[in-house]
Amino acid sequence: MKRNNVIFTLGAFLVLLAGFFAPSIVTNPFYFFAGYVVVQYIVIATGWNVLGGYAGYINFGAAAFFGSGVYLSAFLFNTFGVPLWIGIIAAAALGALLGLAMGYLTLQIQGVYFAIATLGLVIVLETIVHNLPGLGGARGMAVYGPAPPAWSGGPVQYVFFVILIIAVACVALARWIEHSWIGRGLRAVRASEDAAECSGVPTLKLKLVACSISGAMLAAAGAPYPFYTNFIEPVTAFSLLIGLNAIAMPLIGGTRSWAGPIIGAIVLASAQQIATVTISSELNILFVGVVLIAFVALAPNGLLGLAKRKSAGASK
Amino acid sequence: MTAALSLRNIEKSFGVFKALGPVDLDLNPNERLGIIGPNGAGKTTLINCITGVLRPDNGTVHFMGNDISHLLPHERARLGIARSFQIPRPFIGMSVLENLLVPLDYKHNVHNKEQRALELLQSVGLENRAHDPSGSLSQLELRKLELARALASDPKVLIADEAMAGLSDAEIDEVLAILMRLNRSGVAIVMIEHIMHAVMRFSQRVVCFDTGQLIAAGTANDIANNELVQKVYFGEQTHH
Repeated sequence: MKRNNVIFTLGAFLVLLAGFFAPSIVTNPFYFFAGYVVVQYIVIATGWNVLGGYAGYINFGAAAFFGSGVYLSAFLFNTFGVPLWIGIIAAAALGALLGLAMGYLTLQIQGVYFAIATLGLVIVLETIVHNLPGLGGARGMAVYGPAPPAWSGGPVQYVFFVILIIAVACVALARWIEHSWIGRGLRAVRASEDAAECSGVPTLKLKLVACSISGAMLAAAGAPYPFYTNFIEPVTAFSLLIGLNAIAMPLIGGTRSWAGPIIGAIVLASAQQIATVTISSELNILFVGVVLIAFVALAPNGLLGLAKRKSAGASK
Repeated sequence: MTAALSLRNIEKSFGVFKALGPVDLDLNPNERLGIIGPNGAGKTTLINCITGVLRPDNGTVHFMGNDISHLLPHERARLGIARSFQIPRPFIGMSVLENLLVPLDYKHNVHNKEQRALELLQSVGLENRAHDPSGSLSQLELRKLELARALASDPKVLIADEAMAGLSDAEIDEVLAILMRLNRSGVAIVMIEHIMHAVMRFSQRVVCFDTGQLIAAGTANDIANNELVQKVYFGEQTHH
């Protein structure tokens, strides 16, 4: 376990180092432009998995948290000139609060009803933003960020590095949760809530913690987005595709371990980026749907589950 | 002497269907109490009211003299009320050992959790399955895991809800031996069971429920010869 921690820390450090020096090696900004989306989805998938994977509560409302993060950081910057890193922290705080509120209201209901309630949250928030002139309403809002620091190599390279830091932080937190008493308690909740409760696990409290952490990560994923696109509007910030991807990616990679969402996000988001460039951006959604159905039917435990089964089969 | 558990006037309805009550029942410290009765008599509802999984519509539950009626199930579990489930509910996706680490994680003052978990597994004879996935256990092993997990919280009261259903005679003896050993170590045990020879052999006192009411109480002998019990329960059994 200790050795694994060292390897993980070293790996995380190497990823950040690579991200820092990448602009001086890779000159084409498109790779940072496409890479941003992939890394952003690592954060979203990891955040979703804390509640959906560990505790087994399927949240269809990832876009509600993501969109709140997008709008909060854009609003704070445009109105008060608040720097991005404070915007990220503020977005995480808002996401945690929103998660807590959603948890309080919906955790009493299980299964499909919980999923429907979370989907409702997206529509409510999108409608609110649509009708707030202060946030640009349906016309959207332009966000012109400050000039990026000189070491970063350009605005796209800069936001790419920022989202990479968020991703490393979120994955590290998710990994810690997974191996701690919180993760064990959440997995017990997923297996049987009554049995967990009767074993002394405060299931409601634990689920609220998971909701908050998950919400914080999902909202933090949205915070740098305005500086990536320079323009935001409600339909893309609260897009159904975000919620769909948030579910599909952990399912494809494997929901039981922190590595699953990363693998799923890299595979699916890269494929989507390639499909967008080579085929059409609309086929994207069809692509996610087909891949999702295939995995649910053929590999319900994701790529990691598949690999485990293969190695177990080989050793027999 | 303060009763380990003391139920007063407990009632529970589901819609218009009155599942339980009103029931008064005491459990003495270190007692072995058997609860019998036909299906639908309210036995599992009673346990759910004791462990807090269900809120009774009426009445109070006292544990060691303290009113615990308002406590949540996990709080009652930590105080020392443990249960096993009628249909085993292992934490699938975890190893047998991890299944026991869950209750130990949420209990205060446990120093070496893995060591304690292994001891618990040893006490039910599951130590050689510690690192296997809990989904791979046999029916008997699942029952033992349920008991070991219930014991992790160092309970003062253990409620075994049909812990022996579906087991062979030899396996029943094995589970009974575990429960007897526990009782000798100071745990009061409530056994809910349809397997008559087991519950009659085990219990110092037996109570019989029918349609949510306590209809008879006494020693195993008294109950076996009670006409009302014979009519509602044994009569039903002989038809099978």
